[in-house]
Amino acid sequence: MPDATDSTARIGRDDVAHLARLARLAVTDAELDLFAGQLDVILGAVARVGEVAAADIPPTTHAVPLSNVFRPDVVVASLSRDAVLEGAPSVEDDKFRVPRILSEEA
Amino acid sequence: MTNTVRTYDDVVARYEPVIGLETHVELGTASKMFCGCSTTFGAEPNTHTCPVCLGLPGALPVANEMAIESTIRIGLALHCGIATWCRFARKNYFYPDMPKNFQTSQYDEPLCVEGYLDVEVGGAQVRVGIERVHLEEDTGKNTHVGTSGRIHGADYSLVDYNRAGIPLVEIVTKPVPGTGAMAPEVAKAYVTALRDILRTLGVSDVRMEQGSLRCDVNTSLNLPGAQWGTRTETKNVNSLRSVERAVRSEILRQADLLDAGTRIKQETRHFSETSGDTRPGRSKEEATDYRYFPEPDLVPIAPDVAWVERLRAGLPEMPAARRARLGDELGVGAEDMRKMTNAGVVDLVGATVHLGAPIGEARNWWMGYLAQKANEREIEPVELGIEPAHVARLIALVADGSLSVALARQAVDGVLETGSDIDTVVAERGLKVVSDTGALEAAAAAAIAANPDIASKVRGGKLPAVGALVGAVMKATRGQADAAAVRQILLQQLGVDA
Amino acid sequence: MSGELIGLGAAELASSIASGDVSAVEVAQAHLNEIAAVDGDLHAFLHVDTDGALAAAKAVDARRAGGAELGPLAGVPLAMKDVVVTKGLPTTAGSRILEGWRPPYDATITRRIKDAGIVMLGKTNMDEFAMGSSTENSAYGPTHNPWDLSRVPGGSSGGSSAAVAAFEAPLAIGTDTGGSIRQPAAVTGIVGFKPTYGAVSRYGLIAFSSSLDQAGPLARTVLDAALLYDVLHGHDPLDSTSIPGVRFGAAAQARAGAGEDLSGVRVGVVRELGGEGYQPGVLAAFDSAVATLHGLGADIVEVSCPHFQYALAAYYLIAPSECSSNLARFDSVRYGLRVGDDGVNSLEDVMSLTREAGFGAEVKRRIMIGTYALSSGYYDAYYGQAQKVRTLIVRDFEAAFGQADVLVSPTSPFVAFGIGERVDDPMAMYVNDLCTLPASLAGTPAISVPCGISEGLPVGLQIMAPTLADDRCFRVGAAYEAALGGIGLHPRRLSA
Repeated sequence: MPDATDSTARIGRDDVAHLARLARLAVTDAELDLFAGQLDVILGAVARVGEVAAADIPPTTHAVPLSNVFRPDVVVASLSRDAVLEGAPSVEDDKFRVPRILSEEA
Repeated sequence: MTNTVRTYDDVVARYEPVIGLETHVELGTASKMFCGCSTTFGAEPNTHTCPVCLGLPGALPVANEMAIESTIRIGLALHCGIATWCRFARKNYFYPDMPKNFQTSQYDEPLCVEGYLDVEVGGAQVRVGIERVHLEEDTGKNTHVGTSGRIHGADYSLVDYNRAGIPLVEIVTKPVPGTGAMAPEVAKAYVTALRDILRTLGVSDVRMEQGSLRCDVNTSLNLPGAQWGTRTETKNVNSLRSVERAVRSEILRQADLLDAGTRIKQETRHFSETSGDTRPGRSKEEATDYRYFPEPDLVPIAPDVAWVERLRAGLPEMPAARRARLGDELGVGAEDMRKMTNAGVVDLVGATVHLGAPIGEARNWWMGYLAQKANEREIEPVELGIEPAHVARLIALVADGSLSVALARQAVDGVLETGSDIDTVVAERGLKVVSDTGALEAAAAAAIAANPDIASKVRGGKLPAVGALVGAVMKATRGQADAAAVRQILLQQLGVDA
Repeated sequence: MSGELIGLGAAELASSIASGDVSAVEVAQAHLNEIAAVDGDLHAFLHVDTDGALAAAKAVDARRAGGAELGPLAGVPLAMKDVVVTKGLPTTAGSRILEGWRPPYDATITRRIKDAGIVMLGKTNMDEFAMGSSTENSAYGPTHNPWDLSRVPGGSSGGSSAAVAAFEAPLAIGTDTGGSIRQPAAVTGIVGFKPTYGAVSRYGLIAFSSSLDQAGPLARTVLDAALLYDVLHGHDPLDSTSIPGVRFGAAAQARAGAGEDLSGVRVGVVRELGGEGYQPGVLAAFDSAVATLHGLGADIVEVSCPHFQYALAAYYLIAPSECSSNLARFDSVRYGLRVGDDGVNSLEDVMSLTREAGFGAEVKRRIMIGTYALSSGYYDAYYGQAQKVRTLIVRDFEAAFGQADVLVSPTSPFVAFGIGERVDDPMAMYVNDLCTLPASLAGTPAISVPCGISEGLPVGLQIMAPTLADDRCFRVGAAYEAALGGIGLHPRRLSA
């Protein structure tokens, strides 16, 4: 793992391209350069969290700790199918239609 | 490199298989994991959906308490430790059957850990270690539209989210080494035993054909004493028989590659029911990084001791214990119990005996004609639709001479066809042993008159030829006569000494 | 008539409607007229629901005519931030990717607002998916600050703050993830309150950062904000992070506070939230606010919260990480934009083209930062470490609240800046939230109250209270507001 506090550039065009692929963003060539520079600055700044000695500190995921919040196993009315499909870009046979899928299910 | 076709025995003599199983179980809760939509199978597309399970902007999940309890009960039945504190995590990847493009699952904090399940194969007991049992949500269903009907070469796909969000329990075994040639059977026996436990717990309808129980099988081979080999993960294994076939075919495939000096690729493969072998899935462009992190929209689950112990106290008797007890009660030996277990009839036989039938008769019916009928229909005996009460009645009717065995089988066929009970079928179809000697004698005389050639053969000493005449009489009496009595009458009339 | 009405606050409008001096329809129409007159210059609204507002107002009048008892805010108009889901009304979160989407359901707070008889005028502009501090990140163009139309109204709830400051509405809903209610309130000279995390339901609030997002009120007075807060908060079984049993009497506390001094109240000045990097005019206004509090009888103590200096870094890891996952659902399948579906492109291509076209630059930046911070190999150093820093910030607060009943700071280091001044420099934009981030990370309540003018622009005082001591913000805030008196903070009516 790279040193989170080092000051050298950690994000280049290839990294941006990789992140964009993971995040499903078809970024343009111009954006690769723009974002590489900006992300590098931002990540350099946020890497400051690494300055804090926190090895034995528990993480906080929620500011107000709750646990065991459940709902009873009771069926509640679903949306009407019209309401479900109304906002869809493309519908066929009451299903959401999508272009051909390349990759297999994970 | 040779092209010799290797036998399975040859392969497992030289390589040691290591197997592992990941089983997904759709829980039988009334509502989904994180919303109140119904889980009923087979509804019209997208009618069991709401803002939560469609991943609409702004919608939030709330966990189904019954699903949490079912998962803990599964863990307890598999001798697992139950986490005192754990969380859901988001597994991030894009796929159109996942409405949020992340799956709410559990990552490094599963609800249940470190258990085991003992299974019996060929008289030996094998302990399958359970690594974890965790809870997650199911995905929707894609239909691929195009000439092939499959994802490859499809023109487009259609998505139905009725299944999205149904609670799904994942049960992951530890790697199981050392089973040698029995690896495929161990895999099958494990899934069978697991299915029985899940059914006994009443947490799922465990129907593999409907996808409420789904298996991924991991297989690797190594030379004796060497490190474990690279494993493949075989998906789409949708029946007990397929579990066994998938492991076997993967062992053979990997052995061929290893013999040829080819490395095994770590990959996901798909089992084909029709060809019986595994095919590679289309590999992804790059390794998946799921970017797991604790689900911030849900709060931790912290099962306290009182809760867990209450669930433990409420567990039903597990199948293995029940079988041992039933064996004692019925006076059936271990070997016989195993056979009945494998045939899926232990409880049926037990129930039939409880209704007054002798164990031998009950066993013979369920292991014999009824098992054969189930086999013909490719279902389990329990799914036949014939009840232990039917069988107990049948046995009683045969015992008191009201039905012959042949008639009793006809009565079974009637029950299977109509769903009526035995007495109704017997009455409607007029099934009864014809004991009226006069009627039988008339039928015998008619049969002799209609088949003079056969009659003369018999008279000439060819005794076995009488079978054809017996058949004719049985046909005329619609099977209701006692064949032995008919034979006797025929021989008498033909003047032959039996 | 119309001019008089829009000058009134929510409390006064509600009592006028309840007494029959004015009808809810007249009140709604007056505000709709004002919107029609000034919103061309201001651009606070993305969607004005004239028919819906008049129908809701009519229903309130009918209920009153029928003798029904009206709620404390019945008939009062409200501007809704467009990140809150409203059934049948366009809801875009300021993003192109949701253009034209009409949700099939109401957020819990939408329902509460409707049930209270509050009249929703429309949906307000915002930074796309609430990511920003200026409302310049809206896909639909920036909102202008009514104090100076060349300046930003803060953000991300800039449409809401501008609408209230410009008298288009007496009340507005904002959402606050790192300061998005408080900072726009400060730079437009109004009151904005961020509740304790979990006090207001997030169901139907389009998620930016799930562990930080909270909706809250914007108003021109502490009492009006409190009245709206009383409608908004309370347990919701549809939100797992909603705190059970929470019930504040915010309005009662605001009324009590307005009439009392602050004797015996310990006010902690946070050493780390001031000094270098803060505009001198902001610091001067803040100092005079502290003096005013002292004058009210409060004990002023200085407290130190050493880990606040890491709040910005922790926040810009946590929020982008969560948003990278929350925004994955915008994929062109079930709702919203679809781009590039030409029969040849694969779904993967269409998803990527849609997200590329549908998201603005700041959203893309944060998605990529978050994707990076959650990646295997980086998780511990980034997201994991940020969550630990969060714990230390919570502990800083706990220690500080051992010494003080409330903590104070400027709400923002800066007054409203010019539109376009900072858009090319993300880090320069991020430091706007310096003072508001600690309370967001700790989940504690905080209010921004106008406290002075610098360079002709308003400055806000932030009053922070411990978790679930939300009413303390209103009590101290109201006392301070009363002591400050009319310093001319409401001159922003744009119509003649």
